[in-house]
Amino acid sequence: MSEVVKKFMYLNRKAPYGTIYAWEALEVVLIGAAFDQDVSVMFLDDGVYQLTKGQDTKAIGMKNFSPTFRTLGDYEVKKIYVDRASLEARGLTQEDLVEIAWEDFETEEEIENIVEVIDSARVGELMNESDAIFSF
Amino acid sequence: MSDTIEVDGKQYGVDEEGYLANLNDWVPGIATVMAAQDNIELTDEHWDIINFLREYYEEYQIAPAVRVLTKAVGKKLGKDKGNSKYLYSLFPYGPAKQACRFAGLPKPTGCV
Repeated sequence: MSEVVKKFMYLNRKAPYGTIYAWEALEVVLIGAAFDQDVSVMFLDDGVYQLTKGQDTKAIGMKNFSPTFRTLGDYEVKKIYVDRASLEARGLTQEDLVEIAWEDFETEEEIENIVEVIDSARVGELMNESDAIFSF
Repeated sequence: MSDTIEVDGKQYGVDEEGYLANLNDWVPGIATVMAAQDNIELTDEHWDIINFLREYYEEYQIAPAVRVLTKAVGKKLGKDKGNSKYLYSLFPYGPAKQACRFAGLPKPTGCV
């Protein structure tokens, strides 16, 4: 296919539950991944809670979709970024976040964890480089 | 008004596209009945994929899109099965859509 590949960034700024934004954003990422674009997913502000380990939603009666983030690698999303300042402001570190593996089934190239914690300057750079930003 | 499917004398709710309304209601007989409605007799090869999909859902809480299913099947069951020709031969209406329906899962994310 000769279509131009664009850089899509999905920006997640909201906590995983309480609103539908986080789940809807994840669905849009999974659907968008079918179109062979250059996709990155960024977590900022309360959005960093979406990637935290050990989520338990029983008491609020919502589906715990935390395990679904681990499929992003299967959907060929290779770039997942987390803003370090947002993590620190909430007393979190990379240790508190899920790990998402990526593997190329053809070449068997593997990356153990594609979740990358980056500083604010890099967040800004990546936003500037994107052709389109979808903010949730 | 919602539709139902009858399996072993019990009624199970399905949505307007025939997907099982409640994932936890699933019993293997549902797959057999749904397959018969599509003129398919389920073989061990079909069950491999149906069971695979149920395990995938259990682990990740979503039904995979066909492309992801193909890759994941290849990894788990071997490359001779992880290709769309093989999967379409088993599930002519689309390996993800049809097999997910038989497995009692929702319609796959990424299917329109």
